[in-house]
Amino acid sequence: MTVFMVLSTIAILAALGVVLFSSPVRSALCLVFNFFTLAFIYFGLKTELLGITQIVVYTGAIMVLFLFVIMLLNLGGPQTWKERFEFRTVLGFGFGFALAAVIASQVFANFQYFDKPQAPDSFGSPQALGRVLFTHYVWPFEVASILLLIGIVGSIMLAKRKL
Amino acid sequence: MTGNNLADYLTLGLIMFSIGAVGVIVRRNPIVIFMCIELMLNAVNLTFLAFARFTPTSAALADRAESFMSGQMMVVFVMAVAAAEVAVGLGIIMAIYRLRNEIDIDEMNLLKG
Repeated sequence: MTVFMVLSTIAILAALGVVLFSSPVRSALCLVFNFFTLAFIYFGLKTELLGITQIVVYTGAIMVLFLFVIMLLNLGGPQTWKERFEFRTVLGFGFGFALAAVIASQVFANFQYFDKPQAPDSFGSPQALGRVLFTHYVWPFEVASILLLIGIVGSIMLAKRKL
Repeated sequence: MTGNNLADYLTLGLIMFSIGAVGVIVRRNPIVIFMCIELMLNAVNLTFLAFARFTPTSAALADRAESFMSGQMMVVFVMAVAAAEVAVGLGIIMAIYRLRNEIDIDEMNLLKG
């Protein structure tokens, strides 16, 4: 319980850092912290394979892509623009608090008695996940591979200077 | 086993999702907006895994392996779609930057009419 509290506190502080830091590099590093602590929370949920995938895919691949684009666009220096304080900021924070309040008031009362894990402890192992992925979910798996192929082709087309 | 219950995980997911939504509205840098979208996707992944761990399955499906796995499968596909989305989205940001030499989200109003 205390481990979960520490991890979730770090995750929430890092998520706040993503929004509140004005430098994009600091936001990206806060996001790395957030993804890392989320991976350990996944370990606590006994979904080990997805925790490792979280570290490899998010902090390894996606965040490197973010930092690479920040470097290419030269946004990390002190010439980054100031965020204007305007009406939209107040509106955004008000919307966020309203969203959290509405969902919290409607959802949590139904789930406070779910305090015992129902799934078996081995349900996040690579064996269980792979067996289901290649039998019962093989069609969405193939569709996801086609989606990734289209993503590769699309990003190469966008990166070319002229077609 | 630690004494967490489902509501703890749902609370963390809700807080992260709300922070991400605030960031999408408030920030003007499109890269940071992408990061906030990733934050929201991760919050949803956390709630998927928490539900997969804590909610009971129906008795008719309890002896089949895939009855426990649908939450994890959804997280796998969310990760795949997020990777494709980030690659294409950052490519679009690079293309806009080459075209206009700025990436302020308030100046991108070509489609405004």
